[in-house]
Amino acid sequence: MTEAAATQGTEHPAYLAHQFADEAQQFEAASLGMWVFLVTEVAFFGALFACYTIYRHLYFAGFEAGSRLLDWRFGATNTAVLIGSSFTMAMAVRAGQLGRRKGIIGWLTVTMILAVLFLFFKFNFEWAHDYHERLIPGFGFSHPGVHSPAVQLFFCFYFFMTGLHAMHIIVGLGIMAVLLWMAMRGKFDSGHFTAIENTGLYWHFVDIVWIFLFPLLYLVGGRY
Amino acid sequence: MSAAVAEAPPATRVDYLNADYGVKSWLLTKDHKRIALLYLGSITVMFFVGGALAVLMRLHLIDPAGGLVQPDTYNKLFTMHGTIMIFFFLIPSIPAVLGNFLVPMMVGAKDLAFPRINLLSWYIFIAGATLALYALVAGGVDTGWTFYTPYSSTYSNTHVITMAVGIFIAGFSSILTGLNFIVTIHKMRAPGLTWFRLPLFLWAIYATSLIMILGTPVVAITLLLVGLEKWLHVGIFDPALGGDPLLFQHLFWFYSHPAVYIMVLPGMGVVSEVIACFSRKRIFGYSFVAFSSMSIAVIGFLVWGHHMFVAGQSIYAGLIFSLLSFLVAIPSAIKVFNWTATLYQGSISYDAPMLYALGFIGLFTMGGLTGLFLASLATDVHLSGTYFVVAHFHYIMVGGAVMAYMGGIHYWWPKISGRMYPDMWARLAAAIIFIGFNLTFFPQFMLGYLGMPRRYATYPAEFQVLNVMSSAGATILGVGYLIPLIYLIWSMRYGPIAPANPWRAKGLEWTTPSPPPTQNFDVTPVVTEEAYAYGPPRPAAEGAHD
Amino acid sequence: MSMPWLNSALYAALQTLPGIPIAPPRASTVAEGVDELYYFLTAITLFFTITIFTIIFYFMVRYRRRSKEDQPPETVMNLRLELTWTIVPTLLCVVIYVWSASLYFRNSRPPNNAMEVFVVGKQWMWHIQHPEGVREINELHVPVGVPVKLTMTSQDVIHDFYVPAFRIKHDVLPGRYFSIWFQATKTGRFHFFCSQYCGTGHAAMIGWVEVMTADDYAAWLAGGTRGETMTQAGERLFHQYGCSTCHLRDGTGRGPSLEGQFGKPQKLRDGQSPVVDEGFLRRAITQPNSMPIPNYAPVMPSFQGQLNEEQILQLIAYVKSLGEEERKGKSK
Repeated sequence: MTEAAATQGTEHPAYLAHQFADEAQQFEAASLGMWVFLVTEVAFFGALFACYTIYRHLYFAGFEAGSRLLDWRFGATNTAVLIGSSFTMAMAVRAGQLGRRKGIIGWLTVTMILAVLFLFFKFNFEWAHDYHERLIPGFGFSHPGVHSPAVQLFFCFYFFMTGLHAMHIIVGLGIMAVLLWMAMRGKFDSGHFTAIENTGLYWHFVDIVWIFLFPLLYLVGGRY
Repeated sequence: MSAAVAEAPPATRVDYLNADYGVKSWLLTKDHKRIALLYLGSITVMFFVGGALAVLMRLHLIDPAGGLVQPDTYNKLFTMHGTIMIFFFLIPSIPAVLGNFLVPMMVGAKDLAFPRINLLSWYIFIAGATLALYALVAGGVDTGWTFYTPYSSTYSNTHVITMAVGIFIAGFSSILTGLNFIVTIHKMRAPGLTWFRLPLFLWAIYATSLIMILGTPVVAITLLLVGLEKWLHVGIFDPALGGDPLLFQHLFWFYSHPAVYIMVLPGMGVVSEVIACFSRKRIFGYSFVAFSSMSIAVIGFLVWGHHMFVAGQSIYAGLIFSLLSFLVAIPSAIKVFNWTATLYQGSISYDAPMLYALGFIGLFTMGGLTGLFLASLATDVHLSGTYFVVAHFHYIMVGGAVMAYMGGIHYWWPKISGRMYPDMWARLAAAIIFIGFNLTFFPQFMLGYLGMPRRYATYPAEFQVLNVMSSAGATILGVGYLIPLIYLIWSMRYGPIAPANPWRAKGLEWTTPSPPPTQNFDVTPVVTEEAYAYGPPRPAAEGAHD
Repeated sequence: MSMPWLNSALYAALQTLPGIPIAPPRASTVAEGVDELYYFLTAITLFFTITIFTIIFYFMVRYRRRSKEDQPPETVMNLRLELTWTIVPTLLCVVIYVWSASLYFRNSRPPNNAMEVFVVGKQWMWHIQHPEGVREINELHVPVGVPVKLTMTSQDVIHDFYVPAFRIKHDVLPGRYFSIWFQATKTGRFHFFCSQYCGTGHAAMIGWVEVMTADDYAAWLAGGTRGETMTQAGERLFHQYGCSTCHLRDGTGRGPSLEGQFGKPQKLRDGQSPVVDEGFLRRAITQPNSMPIPNYAPVMPSFQGQLNEEQILQLIAYVKSLGEEERKGKSK
């Protein structure tokens, strides 16, 4: 809550939207907005996690068999890549706080490269491999063996959850591209870097989802 | 309360309606008031589409052998009626029209926190509604609005995926609207406007928004999974392929029960505003009413299993859900009592908004009490899946939510349009709606107790008398709804010019001209008194609120 | 909480209201109890509705606006009133809940000596099998005064078996069994309905419960049985589908012996020990390798799709009967 009286189109920065009384209010509103949005994302992924958990409990043997067919090394590598990208994203936010235009551009670029690397490993190696092994439900799935229905169920969830997650990465890449463009135009300074900070929040959330997905999907069963 | 209002004669005053002209100025607007009107137009269309489907259903049911259409078609009629009314009319209605219009004004702000996201939410709604209408004209869906699997995922060959995607998309409109309201109410209140000075409409909208953001994503995922299952022929909810149909029901109802509170809570907020204004009294038990909205939102997430007492859920789960379902009725009862007490020693006028609000209280009371029959395990066994349930939820949704919506539209019409509607026609329509509604739905309680199941295209002859009564009522109800459609549109051009505050109401929105300028307030108001300060002037009392 | 005279009086009164049917027939032992609760809830509803309507109407008239200058007095918070109308409804709700829950709980357990009937719902008809072998479609013949346990499943989508006169109902799911029970208290014909929407013929999926005297029922049963009992049909299937080649009676075959296994816990490889009931057996037949057991390799083929639900029920009846003579002999 601010105590400033209203201003009516007087001297204020161009980026202060007219509905806000001052920059502090705008910043707080944007942050709260992003947090509320992340809560909806938790509910979104949470429903999927709940379904997965229930089925994993019901069909543990089949889910274990399915998990074994995944290459945990790619999963682990991608986890490292994504955690790294969270770090670089945090550095980008820091650069924003300090008003360092070059820093913002640099760190954002590295973050985007890491995100693309993640997607590359996922799509080019993991999913392509899965397709050839006929493990994608609805696209020629075939897994002979006792646990076939449960394995198919496992892969339904695997592709849906990692696919939804990948979609969030792609959207994040788009947002970062816009931020990059804005940074190059000099639109950020140490008093105004809200978009970078909120994108950072979003990106960390995407990272956390993956940190849950990886052990849940790749590390089922006690072989480690 | 400061009120810097300069009322120039209408011809020269600039307001949000005449500030800019042309289709582009509407389709690319960021003004929350214009967006509210965009929503108003869209949901009105959806309401009458859904209503037409209902009329067809009731005409068909005059004859026990099914007088009008084939069973397949009837099944599509009730499915499309339900999905359109729920997802494309009731859920957006008060929040997207009245909420969008009023929330910034009631907090003393120039707009919502995120105006462009607001506009985006309308476009998303239109996209979803387009898909739904496409599904309708392409042949319809016949799964019931509840999409139970495996019928919907494996057996039905109607446009399930299109409809599921349409609802999925519309869900995001809901989420963005709720998000906008939460941030606005938290962060953009005018100086002096503490939480406990907020109008109760905002408490209701806030509670509704919490439900929107927490529940909608779950149904979104659920429908996506059903769509995926249908498209790829996999077995997520199909037992033949290892899936669990009960899991679908749990996921579906986890949202769809709180959804009914999304539909009714805002109506309760409207009723608070109207009752206070037209009895010229502060709402009795303000903090109790405010807290009851929040309790309904919270407890409402814990009762979904009461839709599944005979579905195969364990008896022990049933026992827990039943108890919680009884408890969720209490906050609603508290509201009804407090509204009634507000009337005591008030100065009551019978304007149309008040008639709608009072009608809400009566019909919601009946609807809510019949909910106890369904929360009660032993009676629910007999009544679930019958017309008793249909009557119960229509009493709440139509007798409650729609009447509150109509009351709100009438109450704020002068502010929204700058015109007054014709008073006698409005009261007449309210009375016709009330009578038509009861004639339509009361017989359905009786049909349910007798054992007539719902979603039946044909039925045993002994149920005919009550069905004919219900259909007769439906025609009256239909006429009742057409009348306001006509005079409200008429009033936009020919209605008497409205003053800034025709009802002499309290509330920041009434301190602006009718219609308001685009920026709502020239100077941010400073709030120094409680909500509904209709009472005699108080000696500068601090914290003397109830 | 019982005023049976009031209950009966209301019921009788409702029957005689001309023209419009008000109350469904009461034809089972639980119907009366359910109706009692229903009438109580109706009384509460009427009481509160009429009270609220009356008060509102009274206030509307008594406090109608007389002039624009009306100034109503200040609203004063009354905590005692708030608490009263919070606590009293809560207590009322708890009372109703306890009454209803205990009624429900009591009604949910079939008596041990209930006679069994098997129900398979499919789009869009009901197939009913009596253990003695008589099969019916859309009709259920039962004797009066005898507890009847319906074990039900679906062949395709979710249906629901609902007998308004008995006040019983339960969904019928594919892949699972659910049981409800009733004891009819008078002879006659009573509707049953499908009350879970299931597609085109949902409204046509209705039939009649035919409650007969014990003698009439016995005669009807005898007249209808020309073929095999469910157990005999199950035995035939057991051989026809090759179950007997693996499930040898002495346990030396590729599959475990099924003698006397019904009703006992069966240890699984993952450590759980579910009871061998109808649901377990159904799953063993359709998804055998979802529940691997110790000492036997998971090589049983699935019979999903090869057997319809009625045939599965017949097999289950046969497996149930295995070792029954021994069990009966042991218990003497």
